[in-house]
Amino acid sequence: MLELILFYMASTIALVSTILALTRVNAAHALVYLILSLLAVAVVFYLIGAPFAAALEVVIYAGAIMVLFVFVIMMLNLGEKGDRREKQLLKPQIWITPVILAVLLLVELVLVLSQSAPAETQGLISSKEVGMALYGPYVLAVEIASMLLMAGLVGAYHLGRRYLEEGGGS
Amino acid sequence: MLKLLPLIPLFPLISSVLLMVTVGKMPKRLVAILGAGSVGLSAVTTLLVGLAFMESGQPHHQVLWTWMQVGAFSPDIAFYLDGLTLVMMSVITGVGFLIHLFSTEFMEEDASYSRYFAYLNMFVFAMLVLVMADNLLLLYLGWEGVGVCSYLLVGFWYQNPDNGLAARKAFVVTRVGDTAMALGLFLLFTELGTLDIQPMAAAANSQWQVGDTLPVLACLLLLGGAVGKSAQLPLHTWLPDAMAGPTPVSALIHAATMVTAGVYLIARTHELFLLAPPAMLAVALVGLITSLMAASTALVQHDIKRILAYSTISQIGYMFLALGVGAWTAGIFHLVTHAFFKALLFLAAGAVIHCLHHEHNIFKMGGLRTRLPVVFWSFLIGSAALAALPLTSGFFSKDMILLQAYELPTFGPWLWAGGLLGALLTAIYSFRLVFVVFFGKTQMEPDKQPGSRMAVPLSLLCVLSLVGGFFALPLVPLESVFPVASDHHPSHLIEGISIAIPLIGLAIAYFIYLSGQLNIDGLVNSAPGQMLKKFWFSGWAMDWLYDRLWVRPYKGLAYILRGEWVDVIYNSIVKVCQQLFVGLSHTQTGRLRWYATSMVFGVIVVLALLLGVI
Amino acid sequence: MDGVSIPLDHVLLLASLLFICGLLGLMMRRNVIFILISLEVMLNASAVAFVAAGARWGQADGQVIFMLILAVAAAEVAVGLGLVIQIQRRFKSLDMDDADRLRG
Repeated sequence: MLELILFYMASTIALVSTILALTRVNAAHALVYLILSLLAVAVVFYLIGAPFAAALEVVIYAGAIMVLFVFVIMMLNLGEKGDRREKQLLKPQIWITPVILAVLLLVELVLVLSQSAPAETQGLISSKEVGMALYGPYVLAVEIASMLLMAGLVGAYHLGRRYLEEGGGS
Repeated sequence: MLKLLPLIPLFPLISSVLLMVTVGKMPKRLVAILGAGSVGLSAVTTLLVGLAFMESGQPHHQVLWTWMQVGAFSPDIAFYLDGLTLVMMSVITGVGFLIHLFSTEFMEEDASYSRYFAYLNMFVFAMLVLVMADNLLLLYLGWEGVGVCSYLLVGFWYQNPDNGLAARKAFVVTRVGDTAMALGLFLLFTELGTLDIQPMAAAANSQWQVGDTLPVLACLLLLGGAVGKSAQLPLHTWLPDAMAGPTPVSALIHAATMVTAGVYLIARTHELFLLAPPAMLAVALVGLITSLMAASTALVQHDIKRILAYSTISQIGYMFLALGVGAWTAGIFHLVTHAFFKALLFLAAGAVIHCLHHEHNIFKMGGLRTRLPVVFWSFLIGSAALAALPLTSGFFSKDMILLQAYELPTFGPWLWAGGLLGALLTAIYSFRLVFVVFFGKTQMEPDKQPGSRMAVPLSLLCVLSLVGGFFALPLVPLESVFPVASDHHPSHLIEGISIAIPLIGLAIAYFIYLSGQLNIDGLVNSAPGQMLKKFWFSGWAMDWLYDRLWVRPYKGLAYILRGEWVDVIYNSIVKVCQQLFVGLSHTQTGRLRWYATSMVFGVIVVLALLLGVI
Repeated sequence: MDGVSIPLDHVLLLASLLFICGLLGLMMRRNVIFILISLEVMLNASAVAFVAAGARWGQADGQVIFMLILAVAAAEVAVGLGLVIQIQRRFKSLDMDDADRLRG
């Protein structure tokens, strides 16, 4: 029972903090809410028997990736002017269409979910099992992921260089 | 030796391609050697192959590769050598070589020397493919190939728009015939299941009875093609205009070889024609009427090349007459002798034009007998052969045709009489040409003499025109191809008349144009005489008729359609597309949010479809 | 942990809701940083679905896919943030509606 209660609490926190994150005007505030949401999702992972995933969620998502965001926001140094601009952008009329579409999509997703037979999560999957799978049948995927990360590194380095500002492009 | 067969068309092809890719950068000397030499090599190879063939006596069949394979339809690139092919090849390479040699001097001063030889060699290649083809499809390839080369060479001096017009006319008019021929090929293929000539003839003989509708239809369609290519009624109007090309081209293409392709086609498919007596009769009538029409037209022309062009049409009419009465051998015989003497006449005319500052009007010439002796003797011999004076080559072949025409039941004597009338006219106009150009008083002085490269081919052709008919030598290889003609000979009276007619024509020409004892001015100047002359001069007003019948209605239709209301449909499609484009381009806002929203919309629709909600 | 039974449907519903939230953010926000945050939320939501499915069958595959998603997210953020910097330099603004050169 405790797990169930914990699960619903974590879920609620995740949802609410996500909504708050996406409605903030200030990017730094949004990021804090997002980290909170990710931590709540990590709790969900733990509860459905994936402690390794939960750990990675905290370490890499909430840790490493979010830190990147923080760095960039610091670099851009938006300040008060950016906040004011953001407020103007959140006018009610631009909410209508996306909300209708989102509700429609949600209804469809719920329909899809309701079509499947009810099932429950079972037991714990240890990090050893994950490791065996990762370096067993999925070793090719790991290699591809490493190449993707490499490409991301090179791309990020290239895009971040200053010379593009003056000469390149346009 | 027989294996050398594919080399014969290969030499001119290689030479032509070489001349094309060097785009006139080659020195003229080399161009001449390459252009004439390649055809000379082909001639030598033809001789070798011909000797080997005569030894074995068996038709030789050589498959190079399969051209294409579509279901049961698999024409090969294959050559077939029998007596008929050999005769044609000898004419093409032999006479062709002499004309190439003549051209090396005739075209000396032309800037496009190398282009000329590239076209001419390509023509020889295509013509060889035409006669050597084993199936009708490959024959058709050569057929269209010579058409293209003819177009290119008629319009060789393209800077003058008139020449371009003549070239287009030649192309379009022959295209009418070619379309009929293509239809004939389709019919033959769907009915007989093959286009290979020998199996096709066998299939036709087993499937069809003599006089069935289908062979008649097929043969009439083939006749349409032959009529177009060989400039017979009603598709003859292009040939006189085709004289816009260089004179050796007229000699090679529009006298000796290409225009006789129609004769070759009918002779090649003679087994089909034997199944279709009405088509045979049509061939004979077309030939006879054409020969009379062209001969009477030649009588009143005053452009030296146009006279020869009409004469060619007339002589090919004789060949058609021969084919129509079943005198296959005689028809091909006349083809060969005609190739000799008409090439000779054209080359001699070319030499006259060459030496007289490109003058074409015969009434501005005169008295050239002493000034251009080589040309005079060539022209005299050529005209004698053309008029079929006894013991010249033309005499033997024409005699053979007329006698065999006489043999034909029912229509025979009529055809014979018509042919005789044509022969009389032929003698008159050919000697009119000789007397007007070479006798009488000198009006223009030639500024140069033909050189050795002109004189040698002329002399050789003189010899061929004189002795080419003795012993019916060209006919030996043909014996195995065609059914043997009957041995029955008509009475000596008939033969005597045939011999006498050309002499009478010569005498008439002499009295009118040389001695002046027979004055026809009164006759010509009378009202009916003037009308007849006008009618004949315009080539029986065929151009006028076609202008009224086809060209003007077509132009009228174009005038009606100039508002382009047919295009309205297409233009409106374009307009709708443009409007749709403008509308859709508004959706490209360049805004990321908009694109994301569209994608979400798409996802919703697809999901709904998968769920079966919509 | 043992004998726990959290209904799969509910986990998947959570994933759906998170995904929809991310989608809404993507459709409404003009600030490029918020667009990237929305993308992260959506990626995370799909990761939740994968892990839940893995847990349903007691297989490690779900978590393996989660790690691959992690790698994709990391690469995407790295490149995306590089783009953010470029956009800020070029347009002096983070408003994606200013970067509309693809307009038809």
